[in-house]
Amino acid sequence: MTFIKKTLATSIAVAAASSIAISTAQAEISNGEVRIGYLADMSGTYRDLAGPGGQKALEMAVADFGGSVNGAPIVVFSADDRNSADVGANTVREWIDQRNVDMVAGLVASSVTIAVTRVLEENNGLGIVSGSAASSITNEHCTPNHIHWVYDTYPLANGTAQAVVEQGGDSWFLLTADYAFGHALEGDVRRVVEESGGEVVGGVRHPFPTSDFSSYILQAQGSGAKIVGLANAGADTVNAITTASQFGLTQSGQQLAGLLIFLNDVHALGLDATQGLLLTTGWYWDMDEEAREWSERYYAEMGRMPTMVQAGVYSSTMHYLKAVEAAGTDDPETVRAQMAEMPVEDFFARNGRIREDGRMIHDMYLAQVKTPEESTGEWDLYEILSTIPAEDAYRPLSDSQCKLVQN
Amino acid sequence: MTMIFGVPLAVFMGQLTLGLVNGAFYALLSLGLAVIFGLLKIVNFAHGAQYMLGAFAALLGFRYLGINYWLALILVPLVVGGFGMLMERFLLRRIAHLDHLYGLLLTFGLALIFEGTLVNFFGVSGARYTTPEALQGGMNLGFMFLPTYRAWVLVAALTMCLFTWFMIERTRLGAYLRAGTENSQLMQAFGVNVPLLITLTYGFGVALAAFAGVLAAPLYPVSPTMGSSLLIVVFAVVVIGGMGSILGAILTGLGMGVIEGLTKVYYPEASNTVIFLVMILVLMLRPAGLFGKEA
Repeated sequence: MTFIKKTLATSIAVAAASSIAISTAQAEISNGEVRIGYLADMSGTYRDLAGPGGQKALEMAVADFGGSVNGAPIVVFSADDRNSADVGANTVREWIDQRNVDMVAGLVASSVTIAVTRVLEENNGLGIVSGSAASSITNEHCTPNHIHWVYDTYPLANGTAQAVVEQGGDSWFLLTADYAFGHALEGDVRRVVEESGGEVVGGVRHPFPTSDFSSYILQAQGSGAKIVGLANAGADTVNAITTASQFGLTQSGQQLAGLLIFLNDVHALGLDATQGLLLTTGWYWDMDEEAREWSERYYAEMGRMPTMVQAGVYSSTMHYLKAVEAAGTDDPETVRAQMAEMPVEDFFARNGRIREDGRMIHDMYLAQVKTPEESTGEWDLYEILSTIPAEDAYRPLSDSQCKLVQN
Repeated sequence: MTMIFGVPLAVFMGQLTLGLVNGAFYALLSLGLAVIFGLLKIVNFAHGAQYMLGAFAALLGFRYLGINYWLALILVPLVVGGFGMLMERFLLRRIAHLDHLYGLLLTFGLALIFEGTLVNFFGVSGARYTTPEALQGGMNLGFMFLPTYRAWVLVAALTMCLFTWFMIERTRLGAYLRAGTENSQLMQAFGVNVPLLITLTYGFGVALAAFAGVLAAPLYPVSPTMGSSLLIVVFAVVVIGGMGSILGAILTGLGMGVIEGLTKVYYPEASNTVIFLVMILVLMLRPAGLFGKEA
């Protein structure tokens, strides 16, 4: 009898203790749920590089994590920002005010991202930027409330522009998309070209988006520059490259340099039009065994190989969830600090770490588009030429204008 | 080197030529809109989507049925035009007696459905349509390298425009059409099947858009969103030319292409807006449009 009593008492005590433990863990997670909002261009120019594929990557990360953190379920929201800064900022404001979203993922067009990060800073939220390119996002526009994950214009310029100048392409004409991202990329390319001993002889800032590039290609041909640099992205780049091949730009001795080319762009253009193109990428699905393994899983779900942005969404979400788990809370400030404490090393990022300006630096790659003869399959598109080490790839903190960096 | 407003003559001439090529597209598309609006009083917001459907039909026809470019140039307008006739017969006709705004909303909604469906299946990156062998390469005009295909687009689009103008303004069928829209009851009393005439006209306008789509397929990546950006510009062209004026649509299309082309040299940042500036000016000074008749 005593034995039974004792056991009963102990088990009640254990049950009580464990229920207290569970409730304290849940109390640290706001609303008892980890809420992630995925904001991206789901229907426009940038749909294929992020869009629904990025959302699938995010959902894969949530599923792989087990669907909950310390017992608190993970809930995913998503919205289409339609590449509009207004729409993006308002969506995130509503997410934070009314749905208590803890982390905003995706974030593609730089103009949208800059608007959203302001909202995040005002409301003490947390954002992880995977799609945007502008290096200003962790420079003059840095906030303690966001992290920039996949790439930015600084390594794009560093990698591609430097390689091209070294190969003798020392005079440049720049076709720039006329908004935040294009301006940032143009600035970074100009700096690299001039520092490497080259010269920018001219350029055009075209509206975003533009479908007809014939006039600009003609101006580029008239400029006499050896290299026509494309400081634009997505459908604009695809259009520009198509038009350049129609006007025989490369036959007349000029060379194209795509500064931001995504896998889906090369896939859409075909190898005939893009072969030999040099580009800088943050990741490539076929770069090693780990990357291939994840990509095959993604391919099984989506029927396409992932872009670096989509892989980055998975990688960053995973890192975020691990940080929430380790910190035992989804409080933005604590999680942000926890994320920065843990090194980033997975199928996506090599030698990765988050700096105080919010930049996740990791190894970048200089790649070249294969020729149709070299390619062995529909998605066999790049050859990785060299690795740009994380510490050299990104803007050094000593040059930073970020308010979080003590210079 | 001869300079025109600070730009070398060669560059200026090149831009003028490209402006004409783009203008030919505007002319062809705004012509379809003008025919549909002028004769049917339907504000066809699905025009951009129908242009896109033309390009897609050419692409898919080639990919899955092996239909070559030349055949597509004839078949695709017939198929997409036929599809347009079904739209008119079963949807637009039901709201013909209502305010124009309903037609606008219906066609806009349909355009969004067409676009959204194709985005779902094909994404937005677009696919390439190979330029037909006979039209590959280009010619050196002295001041520029003009791809043969663009020269062909100019010729084909202008021929189609003139053909349409001739059909409507100079033939008996065209006369019936114009009379039917002026006073349909009287025409019906004369034994003319006016509803059929209206269906055919809408189908013809849609076929023009599809024809433009096939012409555009080798030039631009074929993508579901290719029509929506063009549509607003084309509407502006119709407004500038005068709603419902056939010749006005053609001439204004060409003119706006040239103005836009030159803006791309002098102040490229404004090239997306210059046509709307012209539109505002025209609306202030000649509200009926350059070629429209004052009501």
